[in-house]
Amino acid sequence: MQTYDLVIIGGGPAGLAAAVSARKDGLDDILILERDKELGGILNQCIHNGFGLHTFREELTGPEYAARFISQVEELKIPYKLNTMVMDISGDKKITAMNREDGMFEIQAKAIILAMGCRERSRGALNIPGYRPAGIYSAGTAQRLVNMEGYMPGKEVVILGSGDIGLIMARRMTLEGATVKVVAELMPYSGGLKRNIVQCLDDFGIPLKLSHTVIDIDGKDRVKGITLAEVDSDGKPIPGTEEYYSCDTLLLSCGLIPENELSRSAGVTLSPITSGPVVNDSLETSQEGIFACGNVLHVHDLVDYVSEEAAQAGRNAARYVKNGSAPSDRTIEILPTDGVRYTVPRYVRPTLMDDKLTVRFRVGQVFRNCSITTYFGDELISRRKRQVMAPGEMEQITLEKAKLAQYPDLTQITIKIEEA
Amino acid sequence: MEKRQLTCIGCPLGCALTVTMDQGEVLEVTGNTCKRGDAYARKEVTHPTRIVTSTVKVSCGAAPIVSCKTREDIPKDKIFDCITAISKVTVTAPVAIGDVLLSDAAGTGVDIIATKAVAAAP
Repeated sequence: MQTYDLVIIGGGPAGLAAAVSARKDGLDDILILERDKELGGILNQCIHNGFGLHTFREELTGPEYAARFISQVEELKIPYKLNTMVMDISGDKKITAMNREDGMFEIQAKAIILAMGCRERSRGALNIPGYRPAGIYSAGTAQRLVNMEGYMPGKEVVILGSGDIGLIMARRMTLEGATVKVVAELMPYSGGLKRNIVQCLDDFGIPLKLSHTVIDIDGKDRVKGITLAEVDSDGKPIPGTEEYYSCDTLLLSCGLIPENELSRSAGVTLSPITSGPVVNDSLETSQEGIFACGNVLHVHDLVDYVSEEAAQAGRNAARYVKNGSAPSDRTIEILPTDGVRYTVPRYVRPTLMDDKLTVRFRVGQVFRNCSITTYFGDELISRRKRQVMAPGEMEQITLEKAKLAQYPDLTQITIKIEEA
Repeated sequence: MEKRQLTCIGCPLGCALTVTMDQGEVLEVTGNTCKRGDAYARKEVTHPTRIVTSTVKVSCGAAPIVSCKTREDIPKDKIFDCITAISKVTVTAPVAIGDVLLSDAAGTGVDIIATKAVAAAP
């Protein structure tokens, strides 16, 4: 059986940044496993610009952002296998994978970084009635067809879901000659960035209907149209508000789900809120030596934060390989309450943590003129005012090791949203 | 006097901006919370610009198309002219990031450059 110090599952933005950082921390024996035919992951189909403002201080397109990391992987001579599908990971870090050249093979790793990313919520998960005709695509599938394969999925388009991929595809399909009739969003607010609503919808006069959903799909062989209806505050369609739109294509942009089948087979504990692994301050999962970063851990809205998080996972995996398991330490739990849905990480080890730790989280609804408050036990430690917070935008706070050292008996940190 | 309604893109707040104009001159911006909103509104009503991204056909390449962008932002009303010009181009592989695929797209004076490398077909 082959052995490696560190195996990284996935060669997208998270896997690439993790590999680069582990190598820069002195780890030589690294392997990246990627199931696609090239490195870069989903960035390869995100040909729009707006990536890298934090990391590189310039606005790059997805492929350009990926290329910056791919060239570092090449320069550092980090080996990778393409067209390689990982079938199983065991709790003792044995990886079973396959590809056309090697057939089925096993690798024993000292440490593993999970960087498999996420996938789109499918029609089957949305409970939309109607037939199953051709012409229904997830927005990401359509994006790959248009931007990488050179095919147009249709001419008259309705988009359900106003996440950023849906908005970006509304513009892309319009530029390629399709008519995008409407973007419908179940929630009373869009999950996408304001910039995308303005530059992808308003620029082209595409209507956005909030609190609306698709209640029927018409057409047996090919989509002929869909019926849209307004929904009440419980998300239930309101009778009498139905509107028919003829179209040949329905794109679904209804959320992303971390892809954790392999994590589960490795015995990693998953969070029911994020659908990703529960991790501590070193981004280590419940299984020793198995780390996670990027969209497999929790869905991000900026790739810059993925790269930052992945670099942290890479550093910690390198440290684990060099030093073995960490000495035992107290564990402080971070509790998300009052509007904070989850935090990553969930646990902090106050003497082992880095000097500064970024805790990322999302809020459960739109908040205006509120504050993010942090409590050590019952004591208010920090209060940061925010004019607006929305579920579509990741928030963060910083915990300082020096500050935590002043609270030797602390067992719980609470993060809340409170009235300003 | 003319009034235009805009949504600010500066931050998630998305302020509803109202710009009052007279013969192309901005008289007043209201509805903004910070000065970024004011600056955005003034640019957006006088000379709005965008970076345009698309794809160009590739012959003899490992991929059928290559992604591209305008090297700088172009006037918003030139977006479709620019896309039409891009759609007529075919380049021959190999293509490197930054290669000029079309110079002076649609009379904007701005080049279209490749944003991805495409190797020659094996």
